[in-house]
Amino acid sequence: MRRIISVLLENEPGALSRVVGLFSQRNYNIETLTVAPTEDETLSRLTVTTSGSDRVIEQITKQLNKLVEVVKLVDLTEGPHIERELMLVKLKATGSQRAEIKRTVDIFRGQIVDVTSSVYTVQLAGDSDKLDGFIQAIGTSGVLEVVRSGVSGIARGEKVLSL
Amino acid sequence: MELLSGADMLIRSLQDEGIEYIYGYPGGAALHIYDALFRQDKVKHILVRHEQAAVHMADGYARATGLPGTVLVTSGPGATNTITGIATAFMDSIPMVVLCGQVASTLIGEDAFQETDMIGVSRPVVKHNLSVRHPSEIPEVIRKAYYIASTGRPGPVVVDIPKDMTAPNERFEYAYPKKVKLRSYSPAIRGHAGQIKKAVDMMLAARRPIIYAGGGVILGKASGQLTDLVRKLGFPITNTLMGIGCYPASDKQHLGWLGMHGTYEANMAMHHSDLILAVGARFDDRVTNATEKFCPGARIIHIDIDPASISKTIDADVPIVGPVDAVLKEMIALVKESKEKPDAEALAAWWKQIDEWRAFHGMRYETSPDVIKPQEVIEMLHRLTGGDAFVTSDVGQHQMFAAQYYKFDKPNRWINSGGLGTMGFGLPAAMGVKLTHPDDEVLCITGEGSIQMNIQELSTCKQYDLPVKIINLNNQSLGMVRQWQDMNYESRHSHSYMESLPDFIKLAEAYGHVGVRIDRKEDLEPRLKEVLAMKDKLVFVDIQVDRFEHVYPMQVARGCMKDMWISKTERV
Repeated sequence: MRRIISVLLENEPGALSRVVGLFSQRNYNIETLTVAPTEDETLSRLTVTTSGSDRVIEQITKQLNKLVEVVKLVDLTEGPHIERELMLVKLKATGSQRAEIKRTVDIFRGQIVDVTSSVYTVQLAGDSDKLDGFIQAIGTSGVLEVVRSGVSGIARGEKVLSL
Repeated sequence: MELLSGADMLIRSLQDEGIEYIYGYPGGAALHIYDALFRQDKVKHILVRHEQAAVHMADGYARATGLPGTVLVTSGPGATNTITGIATAFMDSIPMVVLCGQVASTLIGEDAFQETDMIGVSRPVVKHNLSVRHPSEIPEVIRKAYYIASTGRPGPVVVDIPKDMTAPNERFEYAYPKKVKLRSYSPAIRGHAGQIKKAVDMMLAARRPIIYAGGGVILGKASGQLTDLVRKLGFPITNTLMGIGCYPASDKQHLGWLGMHGTYEANMAMHHSDLILAVGARFDDRVTNATEKFCPGARIIHIDIDPASISKTIDADVPIVGPVDAVLKEMIALVKESKEKPDAEALAAWWKQIDEWRAFHGMRYETSPDVIKPQEVIEMLHRLTGGDAFVTSDVGQHQMFAAQYYKFDKPNRWINSGGLGTMGFGLPAAMGVKLTHPDDEVLCITGEGSIQMNIQELSTCKQYDLPVKIINLNNQSLGMVRQWQDMNYESRHSHSYMESLPDFIKLAEAYGHVGVRIDRKEDLEPRLKEVLAMKDKLVFVDIQVDRFEHVYPMQVARGCMKDMWISKTERV
């Protein structure tokens, strides 16, 4: 099952490589990974999406917790949560395609953030399925380039991941 | 406050940490540190002949004393040579700090001479690693390293020290921190009371219980509590290879050790049990055999300091995260005050069954009138040393024979590379033990394959006068490899025969030691007595043993705990 694990990590050199190393070393897989400092500059927040049996997921969280630089972590998929991923896409946009693309971007509530005579650059945020859906709707033949940020997530309601 | 250079701060920190011995090898990036070492006499340095041996020495010291070992090496090859030793300590959770020189911070990343990313290289085989980024950090980094290495589930910690951090001309205020604060690291200090209560209730209600203890009992210094609990309950106990000595082997409640080469009765009792109390053990593949067939009727209570060890390979019904000594103490108290008592009738029936398994004598070997059997060498050594020696081993058949036939009654006396299975471990480990236990008998039981992987340390033994006794069970082949080839590859002995072995007697003599060869059975006892009488000499005893012997029992691959070969022809 797909899981989103959010980790508060000491913002120190080498800490990220320990997390990434753990996944390859123990044969766990990483689907997406995002990391950035938080409002507390001594901490980074890392979000990893992975999949595996319950036993594997339990081991992943235990092994992550064992890393000395991991301060706290939560499996967001255990409760209601919000997940978002940012995508930038360059699309071939000429002639009648231009209006069609504009309409599709509006339906997906995206924005065209850069324009040339033959190319639209589109920004779209949402969960991973929505981004996949957009690409499908546009059709891969018109897609020149895609960049996705990987998943970020946060729990719904009062629950917070902090020190 | 005193002003000290980084190198002096490092050595002073070791003094303040109470470190008596460090094992190492100098080189360019570590020279400032070696100079600081020269100008004091509290921390004693042992110069090995290869960095791997320095780590095994520190490891042997740590296993015998329960204190963290310390290693000092230079950058590049000095550091990478320690990796096998560090991985060995990591797999067996041995507390240790490895101090590595590094090229100057200004050169890092430029492929400088003797530069290796030791933080990156060591990462998968350390509990943690730290690099020094400013000389003034050194006392704190050293304190942190020892704290992390020796608390919780112990393990090796590497400290990477760029050369400019130890420069003699820059001085900083020195103060050794008393405490370390790490918000992200807090090992459990006691188990969950509710879980402990639940476990004790299950134990008192069990009809076919067994206690399965591991190396965690020795690391957690909990042999006393374990023995107390086992005797109070009257349950049978088995332990892992790493747990040998955690409960006296000569006691009637002890079934020997379990797993691939464990005793018949221990493996049978595990398989037929209805309750397993696992204490500081990790259900590894050499114990469980096929996990899906593991002990089908047993509920499992698992005590471990490391939550990740619980339900990793075998699901625990009652997990208890905490230090084994504290948890066992609480269990003893609960057993004492409980109105429930173990079911005497059920337990008597269980013991009757176990005694029948015992009477089967699974641990047996055929003696021969003229060929020396490796097993009888170990039995004789056990007798001649009163069962009280420190025994280190390398890896292979000799390791299994030593573990099977030397009956240990005390913890910290059986010293082997259980998890990683590192050949070349035995001699340097024995040296580390002998250094701090000069009056005790220290035997290194080895084979002609393993001993050659760190034989250069005979030179270190001469320099520091370390009269260990090397017992080389020489069968002229890589015995365990050959055994597997016999059993699984129709006796195609691919590269397991050692052609052109050295003359070990001359080799020992060349290093300034005594060499003794034993190839006739009638010589075995008198010669071994002579060897053990040479208290102040390192003696290399080369014993020609049966070349065709196998280790039994041996679990059948992918079977359950009770599927075993008992001899070359009998399978149960």
